Amino acid sequence: MGFMRTKYWATQWAVAVALVWGPHLPALAGEIRGKIILKGNVPANPVVKDLSADPNCSKLVKGAVQVPMFRVGPNGELADVFVSLAGITGKSTGATAPPAVLDQRGCMYVPYVLAIQTKQTLLVKNSDPLLHNVHATPTAPGNKTRNEAQLAGGPDLKFSFDAPEKFLRFKCDVHPWMFAYVCVSDHPWFALSGEDGSFVIKDVPPGKYTLEASHRKLGDLKREIEVADGVVNVDFVFEAK
Amino acid sequence: MRGEVSSGLHRFAVLTACAVLGLIGAGGLVTSHGAGLAVPDWPNTYGYNLFFFPISHWIGGIFYEHTHRLWGAVVGFLTLVLAVWMQGAPARPWLRSGGAILLGIALIVAALAPSRWQDAVVLSVVGAAALVGGRFWPRCRPQPARLRWLSLSALGLVILQGVLGGLRVVKLKDELGIVHATLAQLFFVLMAALALLTSRAWGRFEALEGWRALRPLRSWYLATALLILGQLILGATMRHEHAGLAIPDFPLAYGRLWPATDPESIAAYNRQRLEARAYNDITAAHIRVHMAHRLMAVVVLGAVLLTWQRACVVLPRGHAARFGTGVLVTLTLLQIGLGAWTVWSNKAADIATVHVITGAALLMGFSLLALAAHGPRMQEPRVVSEQMPAPAPAGS
Repeated sequence: MGFMRTKYWATQWAVAVALVWGPHLPALAGEIRGKIILKGNVPANPVVKDLSADPNCSKLVKGAVQVPMFRVGPNGELADVFVSLAGITGKSTGATAPPAVLDQRGCMYVPYVLAIQTKQTLLVKNSDPLLHNVHATPTAPGNKTRNEAQLAGGPDLKFSFDAPEKFLRFKCDVHPWMFAYVCVSDHPWFALSGEDGSFVIKDVPPGKYTLEASHRKLGDLKREIEVADGVVNVDFVFEAK
Repeated sequence: MRGEVSSGLHRFAVLTACAVLGLIGAGGLVTSHGAGLAVPDWPNTYGYNLFFFPISHWIGGIFYEHTHRLWGAVVGFLTLVLAVWMQGAPARPWLRSGGAILLGIALIVAALAPSRWQDAVVLSVVGAAALVGGRFWPRCRPQPARLRWLSLSALGLVILQGVLGGLRVVKLKDELGIVHATLAQLFFVLMAALALLTSRAWGRFEALEGWRALRPLRSWYLATALLILGQLILGATMRHEHAGLAIPDFPLAYGRLWPATDPESIAAYNRQRLEARAYNDITAAHIRVHMAHRLMAVVVLGAVLLTWQRACVVLPRGHAARFGTGVLVTLTLLQIGLGAWTVWSNKAADIATVHVITGAALLMGFSLLALAAHGPRMQEPRVVSEQMPAPAPAGS
């Protein structure tokens, strides 16, 4: 009898806890992990030989500067690849996501590739002691072109984009070698590969997806995947021709 | 003497036309350096009045864009002076009134928007110059009506051109850049025409009815000028695509006579491009425009050679128009060489800019020949007839 009573109360408590805390407990979600490798001869990055068009930049940066189109590790690990679930729209949480930052440092944009969500705030900073113009040149309908001055020590400029777009270019027309790309996703399930070529996409709802890996110069690769409650490993291999 | 065109006025018109050609070159440097939007605001320059922008900030792309704007302002001023000069002494009250109005506006700006003091200073300087200048200048009689109207048209055109250039900056529309570039060529032709029409040589030409000898060449000169204009529009379109070289080799195109334009090939072309500059990706349309420019060069060369051949048949040896056509043939060949060099140099800014200037000179040359062949009567015949002997009777 006592056992039955204990079981009854235990069940009641369990139901109560589930009702109160249930919405806060993690739902079933998977994780996509992988590595991006580049095979073949790695193309040489273009070199900016002369920054003397702006003497302030020459003072700031000594020597030649490389445009980091291909950031490749010793074993072909490829960075700056935008990996994303394809074909998903309208799931952006960008409006509540923390702002992303694109900096102008040493007369270059840092980072060279960045990924954000639609409606997410992108702060463009100027850490240089000189002026730049920040010129966003989207091509997707719904994203607006903007060109604004940013003086040394000036306030951060805020950008936000409504439409998904891969490799939306930011450029500085004062310093023509300065440009960077922002990948805008309409959902939160994306990642950029790091210097070791690896990427992780967390909290992916279970289901079947097309996973797309895009590099600014090397093009796109696609894989069909199925995500369950666990880790899915997906590697991509780009070939340099 | 009514209708007499002073040599001073003519020299000033030549100076203005030369300044316009220089301005086209400055514009060519802007696009060649991809600096058209290095100054993001207009009519201000990074918040400063154009004439107050500190020289220490004239760096990178700003240098090209800002000097282009300053030069544009100078050309606008020269065109205004020319238009006033053409109106003669009757323009003096207008000049004084205009100066007073500008001074009034300067006072209002200073009172209502003290932060815009730089604008007030510029307005007051220009206003005071007009007010004072209008007491003494111009002293000459008005020029013939057609010349006066042409000069006023030039003034309207240069204002429109300035506004178009500004709108291209603030509206961020490449299409406006193409219109701006095309209008620049037409404005140059107009200014060169004014320089020609105010010359004593034109007076003699009118008096001797020199256009009669050129009559058989009217259509040839006009058609060639129009073909060159079309070619310049294609060139302006290429420049304002901001895509660098859509085709990086010459005389072949991606190693073929006609490049592939399917999506896979375009993607492959773009992958090959490793530029240290923020060029737009090339598209099939870019490649087609580039190929059209190359084909059009052949068509223009054919038209120029045929026109020259006709000129050699129609005009006697030593005739100025025949000589001028020959010079333009040489210029056309030079221009084609410059076009090839532009490709081989991967669109080096100086080469590409000389290519733009030579194109403008070619259009101007054939346009003036077409004008001469059509023989509009711009100067007063009476004055010219005093200076020049009457044309010999036919058959003498």
